[in-house]
Amino acid sequence: MTLTAEPQALNFECETGNYHTFCPISCVAWLYQKIEDSFFLVIGTKTCGYFLQNAMGVMIFAEPRYAMAELEEGDISAQLNDYAELKRLCEQIKRDRNPSVIVWIGTCTTEIIKMDLEGLAPKLEAEIGIPIVVARANGLDYAFTQGEDTVLASMAARCPDKAPVIESDKKERNAIASLLNFGKKKEDIDIENSEYAKHPPLVLFGSLPDPVVTNLTLELKKQGIQVSGWLPAKRYTELPVIEEGYYVCGVNPFLSRTATTLMRRRKAKLINAPFPIGPDGTKAWIESICAAMGITPKGLVEREAQIWASMEDYLQLIRGKSVFFMGDNLLEVSLARFLIRAGMHVQEIGIPYMDKRYQDSELELLKKTCFEMNSPMPTIVEKPDNYNQIERIHQLKPDLVITGMAHANPLEARGISTKWSVEFTFAQIHGFTNARDILELVTRPLRRNHNLKDLGWDKLVREGVRANI
Amino acid sequence: MKLAYWMYAGPAHIGTLRVATSFKNVQAIMHAPIGDDYFNVMRSMLERSRDFTPVTTSVVDRHVLARGSGEKVIDNIVRKDVEGSPDLIILTPTCTSSILQEDLHNFVEQAQMSAKCDVMLADVNHYRVNELQAGDRTLEQVVKFYIEKARKKGELPTAKTSKPSVNILGISTLGFHNHHDCTELKRLMADLGIEVNLVIPEGASVHDLKKLPQAWFNLVPYRELGGMAAKYLELEFGTPCVDITPMGVVETARCIRKIQEVLNAQGADVDYEEFINEQTLYVSEAAWFSRSIDCQNLTGKKAVVFGDSTHAAAMTKILVREMGINVVWAGTYCKYDEEWFRKEVSEYCEEVLITEDHGLIGDAIARVEPSAIFGTQMERHVGKRLNIPCGVIAAPIHVQNFPIGYKPFLGYEGTNQVCDLVYNSFTLGMEDHLLEIFGGHDTKEVITKGISAGADMNWSKEAKATLQQIPGFVRGKVKRNTEKFARDRQVSEITLEVFYAAKESVGA
Repeated sequence: MTLTAEPQALNFECETGNYHTFCPISCVAWLYQKIEDSFFLVIGTKTCGYFLQNAMGVMIFAEPRYAMAELEEGDISAQLNDYAELKRLCEQIKRDRNPSVIVWIGTCTTEIIKMDLEGLAPKLEAEIGIPIVVARANGLDYAFTQGEDTVLASMAARCPDKAPVIESDKKERNAIASLLNFGKKKEDIDIENSEYAKHPPLVLFGSLPDPVVTNLTLELKKQGIQVSGWLPAKRYTELPVIEEGYYVCGVNPFLSRTATTLMRRRKAKLINAPFPIGPDGTKAWIESICAAMGITPKGLVEREAQIWASMEDYLQLIRGKSVFFMGDNLLEVSLARFLIRAGMHVQEIGIPYMDKRYQDSELELLKKTCFEMNSPMPTIVEKPDNYNQIERIHQLKPDLVITGMAHANPLEARGISTKWSVEFTFAQIHGFTNARDILELVTRPLRRNHNLKDLGWDKLVREGVRANI
Repeated sequence: MKLAYWMYAGPAHIGTLRVATSFKNVQAIMHAPIGDDYFNVMRSMLERSRDFTPVTTSVVDRHVLARGSGEKVIDNIVRKDVEGSPDLIILTPTCTSSILQEDLHNFVEQAQMSAKCDVMLADVNHYRVNELQAGDRTLEQVVKFYIEKARKKGELPTAKTSKPSVNILGISTLGFHNHHDCTELKRLMADLGIEVNLVIPEGASVHDLKKLPQAWFNLVPYRELGGMAAKYLELEFGTPCVDITPMGVVETARCIRKIQEVLNAQGADVDYEEFINEQTLYVSEAAWFSRSIDCQNLTGKKAVVFGDSTHAAAMTKILVREMGINVVWAGTYCKYDEEWFRKEVSEYCEEVLITEDHGLIGDAIARVEPSAIFGTQMERHVGKRLNIPCGVIAAPIHVQNFPIGYKPFLGYEGTNQVCDLVYNSFTLGMEDHLLEIFGGHDTKEVITKGISAGADMNWSKEAKATLQQIPGFVRGKVKRNTEKFARDRQVSEITLEVFYAAKESVGA
């Protein structure tokens, strides 16, 4: 191979879309916890309720700030008035919980019966005095994490468009700034502000647990970059200001609608970057932001090397092993890229939906990583077909399959190690600090297998039992 | 519209899928949007199933909304026929297909022309029936389909088996302790000298369904699943149905006597009295338990019961009739079966509650302050919040309610298991209060559970100390009753005298 050789092109395929994933309404599970003063009302049927109730497990018993507006036959046949019904329920929510925002989650049913949620919301909002944000997170159009995308895209429209003039006001408005300032006096803040380079305001988007938010914010601070706000913030009342010309950057690969909304409707400039998943991704993410801000990044190469070195014990377990992503949460490309850098061979990257523009930098980094690690280009399979995938898994015999819970136990019973994909959505995986946590997840089945390896019971289905769905 | 946080029974398609996936080599294809196949996750996680759940989706997406799903559904059925060579494919409608109103019947007919396997449309309406009703219907539908098919082909055996035999109807996947119950029932039948002709739907092949008429009778252990199929078989073939749930000592005996009656009516000449006697007195521990000092200590203790019709009714009878426990109220979420439930339990409890609203149930528990709850996972969590122990007796359930060890609720071993469950629930509460009485580590100032007991009442030091000695799980009530007593009599300070006077007056 010569040094001038160009990385090969990535291979994209599209199958039938017959795959298992969570319904996008599941985003309420983490968003109601993230946005503390919100209330999520899912307008749908028993099917939606049953899914949420079972998927959220114990959280359901902790008086969650979400509920179903369960549609009955009278709602479907329009014998009942949608507006009156929603008003009745929202008033009850206001009375019982007094939230700062009610998010209506539109479902498949509201789509099919064409319930005009976007039309009803402003009227009802004016009447009851609580903002109502509408997100159509339905299974007709979206998969799993894309639910968050629809909610944040709607929230983007609610961000204030003018920075308040008064400094103290700004402090309240901007949770991150005040978090980092810890209530210091104005003069101190001015001194501290001088620690930041002069650059246009930057707002990050994507819902992350608060410790990860703080972590990434501080990571950028080390480069002299100030984060003016996050979409979403801890509270709805703290949504960041987004003025025309602000820079925005995503932290998760499934936020393409939010990115589009910020660019088109809020006239913000999108920094297209790989996502801060894995130390390689985090470094590339910070570099892209620095580049957009005209800042030379410092210390990143050492930082990345140090993180890789600290994970050597885990890396030894996975080097040279193969991995197969069945695809269900859109984190697949970023995770695959990280695992290739970590020395694994990726056989297939299944993914529900591939936005090549929004994920452009991530895809470039994937290509570059494959080239540098001398690893074959994996095929990216959009809208995969689980049946075909399981055939391929039986053929390829990967060392690890990253898949949903529907397939995990049956695959394990056939001697194929699996990692449950949903955990990647809920675990803290962003930034330098959390890279080890990703490998903790990835290596868990391998470590377990190592512990049990001499027992001779890795295949636990009888010969002749159907191998497939 | 209904504001709902929690539901007891799932949507209709879950019932259909439970029946479909219980059969061997039956494939279900859901007509649904992406993400509605959560059933597969539940089966794989809760039942820890080693096999792929034979449920796939014919995905309803934007294109389907625009153009209809005709071709797609038919293609998916034909494809699955080739890939998995199932015996039967059940097209399963969901809430989405209910409102799209596509002609799924027509798709099934078209697909049937190219598919080698049988194809049927589950006849359930999302907005009319719930999980349990849908399961019952689907089972009847499948049975009927294969009986009629066999009849057309002239393959329907008409003669009964030479020895007395039984069909067990209603054992299904994701059913509460169904697998263990099934083993126990088979054991019981063997002890009674009855051959098991067929168990459906769990583990059965649809080709065997034509054997159903050969059995001398049908046993339907659960109220929720199998009743419709049994009724159909009774109408068609005159096969008698025994639908007494053999849960608890008395009901198990009643069930066996009914079996005896049914068999003798067909000339079997069996007498099970000796068997019942032997099991009750010496084999099952439950009857002895009810005489033991342990159980004596439970006399008159307050309990509440909530669950599906089968388990809530059986449990109520066991608690009251076999253990002398006071069931303050018993309830079920099977609203469609209200009449039956009331008839079964009204003589055993003070009040019957029929509701699907978990909020009402939570309030009713708080109001009664029982010593133990027997309910679903939801009631277990209410119990946690109120510090009242709870034994789980019915779905909805979690993974811990799919034990690996042998834990039937039915038959004679079932009676032992139920004893343990009941006794352990109550002793946990007792232990808790003994700890509090003797341990003295209770420095809690807060003695109520948030229901305002009037912060302005004065308690003398001695009275307060005595109150602290009252077991934790009744202390709140004692405090409230005493304060009410004092207030009614315009007494401003609660002294020891007032405290005891109140106790004597209201039994606080």
